[in-house]
Amino acid sequence: MILLDLVLMFIIAYTFGFLYYGLYRNITARFQRRFGPPVYQSFVDSIKFFLKEDSTSHGWMFYLGPIIMMSGAVMTLFFIPLFNTGESFKGLSEYGNLFLVLYLLVLGPLGNALGVGVGGNPFGVMGVTRGLTRLFALEMPFYIAVIAIMSLSGSADITTIATEQTTMNAIIYPLLFIGALFSFIGMMGQSPFDVVGAPVEVYSGPASEFSGKFLALLMSQSAIFTFAKLVLMVDLFLGGASGFIELITKTFILFLFVIAFGSLYGRFKTPQSVDFLLKVPTIISIVGLILATWSS
Amino acid sequence: METGFLQEQRTLEGDLNSKTSHKNSVDYLMNWFRSRSIFVLAYGTGCGAIEMPPTFTSRYDAERLGIRGAATPRQADVIIVSGYCSYKTLRRIIRTYEQMSNPKYLLALGSCTINGGMYWDSYNTIKKLEDYLPVDMYVSGCMPRPESILEGFIALQKDISNGKASSWQKYEDNYEFYRKNQEAVLGKTVEPSYEADWYLYDGGL
Repeated sequence: MILLDLVLMFIIAYTFGFLYYGLYRNITARFQRRFGPPVYQSFVDSIKFFLKEDSTSHGWMFYLGPIIMMSGAVMTLFFIPLFNTGESFKGLSEYGNLFLVLYLLVLGPLGNALGVGVGGNPFGVMGVTRGLTRLFALEMPFYIAVIAIMSLSGSADITTIATEQTTMNAIIYPLLFIGALFSFIGMMGQSPFDVVGAPVEVYSGPASEFSGKFLALLMSQSAIFTFAKLVLMVDLFLGGASGFIELITKTFILFLFVIAFGSLYGRFKTPQSVDFLLKVPTIISIVGLILATWSS
Repeated sequence: METGFLQEQRTLEGDLNSKTSHKNSVDYLMNWFRSRSIFVLAYGTGCGAIEMPPTFTSRYDAERLGIRGAATPRQADVIIVSGYCSYKTLRRIIRTYEQMSNPKYLLALGSCTINGGMYWDSYNTIKKLEDYLPVDMYVSGCMPRPESILEGFIALQKDISNGKASSWQKYEDNYEFYRKNQEAVLGKTVEPSYEADWYLYDGGL
């Protein structure tokens, strides 16, 4: 039964991840007054890369990078329950709590850093350095907000946190939500915090040396990871979802907000984004934490 | 009846969906995926590079046909050689082309790549690109407008979905021929040397 759950969760995340990515490209195109590619374009791209031959060779660690990243994304997905009912599509969430998910969120990027380092491409190394520098600042406001939510609801279990919200956490603790949302925009790789794979600056960053099937693997993991992170955000702050339609509506609204925000703003430099994340969202999160403990 | 922009889009796509010949349905599907997703390495070798930004940005928007820019040669499917190639540039083009993974295609822009164009008697440009690298599609003109580049892309996409665009196989099969021509103009070391200072060696000052 649990195996069927996991397979279905994977299929759902894969499908909707690529659908969201297609919509992301289409909506961004509309923001730029273009017609834009069809919705299935990202999926076609990834399949095309699976059909290409691989000509690069940098040893086994290089190939292990994308695989670690993929397993990190899939494991994150499996430990996040899709619905707050606690009955179906809960995956492995009863065996692991929010702490584990927070750990798994950074497992993939760290594994990929090893693979990219072996490849020796200067742009790849630059992208990884930027990513790890940004990570410290990115985690600060997010962790403060998430730990606050955890202690306020008295549980580290994601299903419990999602179920116990009679009113959404985002409405009761708006400052915590805003603080976490800034980090979330960075985690989704959107402007103004998209310093890692910055086009023109570092030529797609960590992915610049990967070709063919490994690039396809990176694209697929990015789609799955995106969906997993959206569900985590919905579970923690937007009250989770009791049904399929609610889940898609909530994740899509969140996703639409993130991409709209991303297409409106330019890119920070790496030090600027670290500075900003450590100042504004972190202070918002801390104030939110103080206010929340005060009122409770 | 659709008019204006949407009609143009349907006309272009209708051309792509025209009847094609295939060995079997797996072949058809593979070629369809390859033709509908094209990552372009817009390598600005000559004056034609100036026509590529409008092709890929809002005005002509090549992304609606699945054509988008690639960041590195590793991720690219198509390399555009946009105009005349001096010997020095040819080294870089060959290096870049060989870094791309199969299947890969080459799109050549402008008269200069066909017969030398206005550089037909220049002492340091090649006349026929076809002698040095296999070309899948030529777009003639001096310079071709973005409309013609899009037409060229659609013709290339049609070739790919028919399974006809196989220049990369041609390059592998006739490597001696291409290498001989490359060595005739570039000397024994065809690849550019990145170790040395650019202004002292490698065709520099």
